[in-house]
This record gives sequence, structure tokens and C-alpha cells, in this order.
Amino acid sequence: MARTYPAHARPLWQRVLLTREMAVVAVLAGVVVYSVARVPNFTGPLTLPYLLLDTAPILLVALPMTLVVATGEIDLSVASVVGLSSVTVGVLVDAGWPVPAAALAALGVGAVCGALNGYLVAYVGLPSLAVTIGTLALFRGIAVGLLGTRAVTDFPDRWTELATARIGQTQLPLVVVPIVVLVAVFAVLLHLTPFGRGIYDIGLSTDAAHFSGVAVARTKLVLFVLTAAVAAFAGVFFTLRYGTARGDNATGLELQVVAAVLLGGVSIFGGRGALHGVVAGVLLIGVLSSALRLENVTVNVINIIIGALLVASVLSTSVLGWLVRRRQHSPLAPAQPQPGREER
Amino acid sequence: MTEQLVAPSRLSPARRAVRTVLRSRELAIVIVLLLLVAGTTVRTDAFLFSENSWRDLLLTPSILMLLAVGEAVVIITRNVDLSVGSVLALTAYLTGRLFIAQPGLPVVAVFVAGLLAGGALGLVNGLLVSLGRVPALVITLGTLYVYRGVVLTWAGSDRVNASDLPDGFLALGTKTLASIPVLTMIAVVVLAAVGYHLHTARGGRELYAIGSDPDAALLFGLPVRRRVLGAFVLSGALAGMAGVFYAARYGTISSGAGLGLELQAVAAAVIGGVAIFGGSGTVWGAALGAVLLVTINRALPILGISEFWQQAVVGVLILGAIVLDRVLAARTARRLADAREA
Repeated sequence: MARTYPAHARPLWQRVLLTREMAVVAVLAGVVVYSVARVPNFTGPLTLPYLLLDTAPILLVALPMTLVVATGEIDLSVASVVGLSSVTVGVLVDAGWPVPAAALAALGVGAVCGALNGYLVAYVGLPSLAVTIGTLALFRGIAVGLLGTRAVTDFPDRWTELATARIGQTQLPLVVVPIVVLVAVFAVLLHLTPFGRGIYDIGLSTDAAHFSGVAVARTKLVLFVLTAAVAAFAGVFFTLRYGTARGDNATGLELQVVAAVLLGGVSIFGGRGALHGVVAGVLLIGVLSSALRLENVTVNVINIIIGALLVASVLSTSVLGWLVRRRQHSPLAPAQPQPGREER
Repeated sequence: MTEQLVAPSRLSPARRAVRTVLRSRELAIVIVLLLLVAGTTVRTDAFLFSENSWRDLLLTPSILMLLAVGEAVVIITRNVDLSVGSVLALTAYLTGRLFIAQPGLPVVAVFVAGLLAGGALGLVNGLLVSLGRVPALVITLGTLYVYRGVVLTWAGSDRVNASDLPDGFLALGTKTLASIPVLTMIAVVVLAAVGYHLHTARGGRELYAIGSDPDAALLFGLPVRRRVLGAFVLSGALAGMAGVFYAARYGTISSGAGLGLELQAVAAAVIGGVAIFGGSGTVWGAALGAVLLVTINRALPILGISEFWQQAVVGVLILGAIVLDRVLAARTARRLADAREA
């Protein structure tokens, strides 16, 4: 029997442009235009490279985190994985390993960390918020335990220079290459594959996803392993960029990543969100911080602005939803069933 | 007409109480805690028996205990409060500034100011969460940055030193009555009040109903918004009180006070058996979890484990606690299923 689907209520351009993600992109564009026009030195030769180098770890980790949050889970252990990866590179290079081998080993360590998170969440069925608070302490504890307050700093110049190198004559740092590759990989994975549709299904209803044939546990396991592996890569970059491997590297990064992902329009309950929104969210925080710093606004005020932005962004969605509901319930519009939203 | 819906237990109240205690999650933590203290004391008897150590053993956990109690109440309603560390920093610094502005201020007034300031910050969280109908994780992550930014802007690189605080207030930080620190007594009184309310009062029981199933609670007509708002105000007020404690205990307050403490508060609640998805757990458990966390940090170096490994041990403990929860829940579910079959 042929099934018929109702035609979309809104035309295509509305569905593409009037989204939460495009709002973030628009705000980002506005901030960039304003900064280029008004902020002194924003177009200087150092602003863009430093902006990208500073936001690279957050941007990298935010990509797989988007997929994790879209399933309705969360990974708070990423910053600890960054730290552990940094220590792994440091200890191994100290022991005479070449940097690429040490970096590969760090990626392996990251994958193992992710597998532990994923196993506990997906197969034992524990809540990811609790699990990853536990592994946040565990991984950070191992990282700090291995090096103590020591720091490994004697990396070959060739590799530390690579981390901050530019592409040819452009201002773009080399780290943009893996970022662009990973953005493409995760965008395809989330938006164009059955695996990605499964992610949204899980986020909307785990049970429904399970009964419609999505391998729920395996998907979650894969996502946690991917997240930790990318976090480990960010750890390698972090280490080489600053030329220091320390146990407490990137402390607190997890909250910055989660803030950027949520600002980018991913629902904390899962089931909605898009990668371009998250990339825009990370860049928005980066550009805003960079521009405000150039305007001599202190880091403290920047923190307030970013926090307020995060609150305002979720509140605006909530207020808009309320307005839409009100319009639908008004006598002029036909009543429509509302999907139940879990209150938290 | 009253209808008996549940058959009364055939056990005597006393035996029922004993069984409840023996099966409780809290007892397990108490046993771990006692073993830890006993083991450490065997190693170095000064851990328990020197006067200062005994005092610190009771005093050090009292700050985290207050935070954990507030956090537990919020988590029971299926929310979370990530802003407590920043609230603590704000009220601790506020305490210092109050004393600098008014050196003769009575200590009680400062406590009230801390409670009110913290409660107001909690009210902001609560209003945003309950009226805005947005997830608490996002809101309190936002206010974590905002509150921290406010204290950073306010304090800058300035710090309040012990010399700025009146001696009477600082003495309170270490004062003991019958070898029990005063701050610990206050924390325990707060714990008892909150615990009693949650256990017996209608408003307290409703928090569990809301956390178990928010939609059902709303349909049933419970004042969900008001209760959630109340939980956030309580959490903020207790964090505010913890800020005053912090000032009294440490004397120096910089804008970095309480950095990262929010995750410790959540961890203490989780170790204490408060389920992260709401609806179950007790503040007693959360408080014991806080005591265990802090005591482990003090005990490990004495047990010959380098202090750098403390966090790893804490991580294993958190994971162990949630796995234990899972095992216990599965066993209960099996028993209920068996009872239904029979």
C-alpha cells in the first residue's frame, strides 16, 4: 500500500532559513561584520590565526559532542581525556618515542577511555551524566597521577612549530585542515547517513529507535569512542601548541564545549541539532571573545556575556515555542497536536 | 470514610526501622567511611587522635556537605544546579567586603546576608528554569559563567585577606564546642532540618513525586513550578551559607574560590545514592558522600598513596557507586517481578 505523507506546511526557504541554527549563523555573521568594521586591529595579521588556534580544541571536541548530545547523552569527561592524552604524549616522548608514535598512542588511550564511557552508558545502562562525572575524575586522576606537578616540555621544535604553522602564505593555521576534514566527516555522518538518522531517532525516543531497528547500544558506544578519540587528538594539538604536557592541561574545557554545543542549538534532551549550528556557536564565542578583548573588555565580562548568551539562546527558543503554541491554540488556527516535551 | 489501601507491615516499628537502616545505602557509605578512618588511624594514629586532626576531620567536609545537600534536593526534582561553585565564590567575597565596609558587623548578620544573597542567586536560577521551561543543565551552566564573571569583575585580582576579617569571625571557623567544631554543628542542623522536611513534610515528598515523573506530577495537580523554584532557592541559599563558611574557615578569599566545586557537589550526591534522573535518594546520603569525598582526599597521602592519585580514586568511587545503584535497582526489580508472579 502506498503511503502518503502530508506536504510540508512551510515553503522550503522558510524551513532552511528560519531555524535555530541559522539564527546562530546570522548572529555570528553580524558580530564578524561589526568587528571587521568597528573593532581596531580585528583585521590585523594576528587576530585570525590566534582566534583559530585558541578555539581549535573546543571546536574539535564540539563536533563529536554534537552527535553525543543529539542522542540525549552527554560526555563531561572530554577535558580529562585531553589532559590524559597530553600526559601520554609527554611521557612517551620523554621516554624517547618519536612524536608521531606518541600521538598515535595517545589516540589509542583516548579510544580506550571512550570505550569505557560507552560501555558503561550503552551496555550497562548507566546515566551518562553520572558516568562521565566519574570518568572525569578518573581520567584526570590518572593524568595527574602519572606526571604529578611535573611538566614535559622538551618536544622537538619541528613538531611544536607544526602545531602553529600556517598554510602557505595565508593567515590560516595548519590545524584548520584536520578541523575542516572532521567537520565534513561528522556532517556527512550526522546528516546524510542512516547512522545519523539513528542518532536523531535515539534522541527523540530510545525505545522507538530500538524497535525500529536502530542499534542503540552500538551507536552510543561508537559515539563515545569517537568523542574521546577526537578529544585525544585535541590533546595532542594542545600539547604541541603550547609545548607543554601537564596533567592539568585543559581543565574546565568540558563546560566550554557543552556551552558551545548548546549555544549552537543542539537540544540537551537529544533529537535535534545540526553541525553548522555548533560550528557557528563555537566561532561565535571565539570571535566575540577575541573582539571584546581587542576592545579592552576583561575576560570576566566576556564570561558574563557568554553565560548570558547561553541563557538567552535557550530562553528565546522557549519563548518562541510558547508564542507558536498560543497562536495554534487561538480560535483562528486549527488545533494541532503538540509533541510532549519532557520537563527538566 | 477512610479506606485502607496498603496492608500495615506485620513487623514491629522497631524491627522495621532496624531493617530499613541495615538495607540502606547510607549504611554502606558509613561502613566505607569507618573502614577508611580506621585504616588510616592504624597507619598514623594522629589522623584521628590528635586534637587538630579530629577537628579537621569534622570541619573540612562541612562546606561541601552544605553544597551537596542543596544539590541533592535539586537533583531529586530531576534538575541539576551547576552554579553552586560560583554562588559560593560570590557570597564568600561578599562576606569579606561586608566586613571591610562594616568591621563591627555582627556575625549573625553576615550569615543572614550570605543566605539571602545565595537564595537570591538561586531564585534567578529557579525562575529561569521553572518559568522559562528550559533545562536546568543549560541555565545553571549559563549562570555558572555569569556569576563567576560577576565575582571576577567585582574582585579582579584583589583578594580578601584574613587581616581584613574580624577575629571573632575567623575564630568561628575553627571554634569547637565539646570538641565538635561549631561550623560542623550548624551544617548538621541544616542537614537535619532539610532531611526531616524531605522525609515527612508534604512539600518534601512532592519533590520526589516531581522527580519520578514530572508530567504525572503536573497532571496530578502538584505545584511543580513552585516546588522546583523552592529547590533552587534552597540550593542557592545553602551555597551562600557555604560561602560564609568558606570565608570563616580559610580567611583568604580570591575570585577563584570554589572553582570546580559544582562537579564535586554532584559527585557527592551521586556517591550518596541520589539518582541523577531524580525521584530517589536522601540528603543524608549526599552529606555522607561529601564527607567520604573529603576524607578520602585527606586519608590517601597517609595511606601511602601519592596525593596525585586522589582524583583517580574518587573517580573509581563514583563509578562504583552508580554501578552499585544499578545492581541494587535490578535486584529490587527482580524481587518485585517475582512477587507479582507468585
